Amino acid sequence: MTSVIIISLYLTLLLALGYFSSRAFRGTANDFFLASRGIGPFLLVMSLFGTTMTAFALVGSTGEAFKVGIGVYGKLASSSGIVHSACFFFVGVKLWSLGKRHGYMTQIQYFRDRFESDKIGLILFPVLVCLVIPYLLIGVLSSGTVITNLTSGAFPELFASTQGGVPAWLGSGVICLVVLIYVFFGGVRGTAWANAFQTLVFILLGFVAFALISIKMGGPVNATRMVQESNPTRLKRESTEQDARLFQARVQEWEEAQTASTISAERRKPEAPSEIPPLVFFSYLFIPLSVGMFPHVFQHWLTAKSASSFKPVVIAHPLLILAVWLPCILLGTWATSAMVDGRPVIPDGFSDANSILAVLVKELTNPILGGLLSAGILAAIMSSLDSQFLCVGSMFTNDIVVHYAGKDRFTDRTLVFMARGFVITIVAVTYGLSLFEPGEVFAMGVWCFSGFSGLFPLVIAALYWKKTTRVAAYACVFVTGLVWAWFFYDSGFGKERGYLIFGMLPAATLVAISSLTLVCVSLVTRPVSEKTLKKFFA
Amino acid sequence: MKKAVFICLGLLVLLRQDFWWWGDIEPLVFGFLPVGIAYQVGLSFAAAILWALAVKFAWPADVSVTQDPDSNS
Repeated sequence: MTSVIIISLYLTLLLALGYFSSRAFRGTANDFFLASRGIGPFLLVMSLFGTTMTAFALVGSTGEAFKVGIGVYGKLASSSGIVHSACFFFVGVKLWSLGKRHGYMTQIQYFRDRFESDKIGLILFPVLVCLVIPYLLIGVLSSGTVITNLTSGAFPELFASTQGGVPAWLGSGVICLVVLIYVFFGGVRGTAWANAFQTLVFILLGFVAFALISIKMGGPVNATRMVQESNPTRLKRESTEQDARLFQARVQEWEEAQTASTISAERRKPEAPSEIPPLVFFSYLFIPLSVGMFPHVFQHWLTAKSASSFKPVVIAHPLLILAVWLPCILLGTWATSAMVDGRPVIPDGFSDANSILAVLVKELTNPILGGLLSAGILAAIMSSLDSQFLCVGSMFTNDIVVHYAGKDRFTDRTLVFMARGFVITIVAVTYGLSLFEPGEVFAMGVWCFSGFSGLFPLVIAALYWKKTTRVAAYACVFVTGLVWAWFFYDSGFGKERGYLIFGMLPAATLVAISSLTLVCVSLVTRPVSEKTLKKFFA
Repeated sequence: MKKAVFICLGLLVLLRQDFWWWGDIEPLVFGFLPVGIAYQVGLSFAAAILWALAVKFAWPADVSVTQDPDSNS
């Protein structure tokens, strides 16, 4: 019950924050969507980091480390430190500058102008919205799972089927509602404030959680030793014959202990050996490119007060990623083998990767800290959901309604109202989809990011290659969307966990095909006018 | 200096593929960090340092904006 009270208090605090940020709201669409382009360096660092660090980073990385071990850090954290900052440096600052000069509010407005094409918005809009929905789904799904696990035992009679925990459908519903309310109150300024606050909360509480849980496991040295004895493949990226033999021996030991009706007091049942093939590891480098095409990150870029505001973002981002991912990955890896008071922390045969972090927090901390830590996990989830909610509303209002009906036809108040209506529709669709429990957070995230990565060559070419043509831009979006949809279908809608193309993640092939399409089509079609080139390359 | 920074960043991307420690657990850095992950953590620090150098020596010159289209509209 303590967890429920703390989570409720935290959500109330967020609503209050949304209310206070609404006091600074100037009532204009520009202020609602872009905070009047007045966000300074500190808020920009925090809001951008909070936006890019989602449930994928906390819930997903811990679960993935449970399955494949420490290699997850190299797969995504160290690569994101390099690639995300590159996106901010080479794409973000430049787009901010163009957005400020020409008054853009969304990505589509920029691409329409850059390629002198009205229709490109009609292709990009559905593609971007369709790719944002799985991203939203990750947050909605994770929030439900986390709440169910962390509140288990609180309402034994009311929610008997979930061991007394608040059911996922109710938990994720409440989270959606809270985020919707503070986004509606304060617009992008509200989300920037909430993101900064929540980023601090989840970093600080993350350290506390890591320290407490590792102490309970007997300290980091002991936790690693247990993994080395039971599941050594989780501490490297290779699985050898010797590892297979050790696995068989450990399983046999464990089974004998079970047959003898003694509690296996020494070791948890070993997990099957894991490995990360070098080509798969390499292809993870393409996943963080997605940040260059995320519409919600684009919107945060535009809120910056000046180009200099990006400087601390570029430098601090690799270290902030380190601060969040390293503890999560170590905890996930240690969880494969951790024994506390003679019993495994994660029950033998437990396979719900999405729940590993929540179970660790629940089992190895006290109720008050557990409640605070769960608030921290929810903070990370919500700090992305809010920006994504807002960006879909912004795209619908600016790229569809205003663009086709004309700006003068609506007051700013009506525009904000319409944005809110579209956000509610998208959230309702996402929430509905989350009820079908679509799969593992990490796998879903990788699929979603792959689509955005496939579109990355488009933004790079638009910014740096004068010869990129309108037809090439159409072809790039169309081909990327089509190939992504085919891969997704071919993988059983993401269910085939080891789905690879040429031994690599689909993202690598997507980026290659998308780049090739852009270059080849650009070379044989007519470039945009001199006037447009001067506007963007002067 | 600008070129040197970008070449180093490119090298960092190549160094990420640390095939030489693929199957190693030991040495354990600080007694608990397997060498594979400790190396990747080192890359994160190196990335922060190199990006700081990029910000100092290679910051794009054409991005400062003084006019504000929003205030004009």
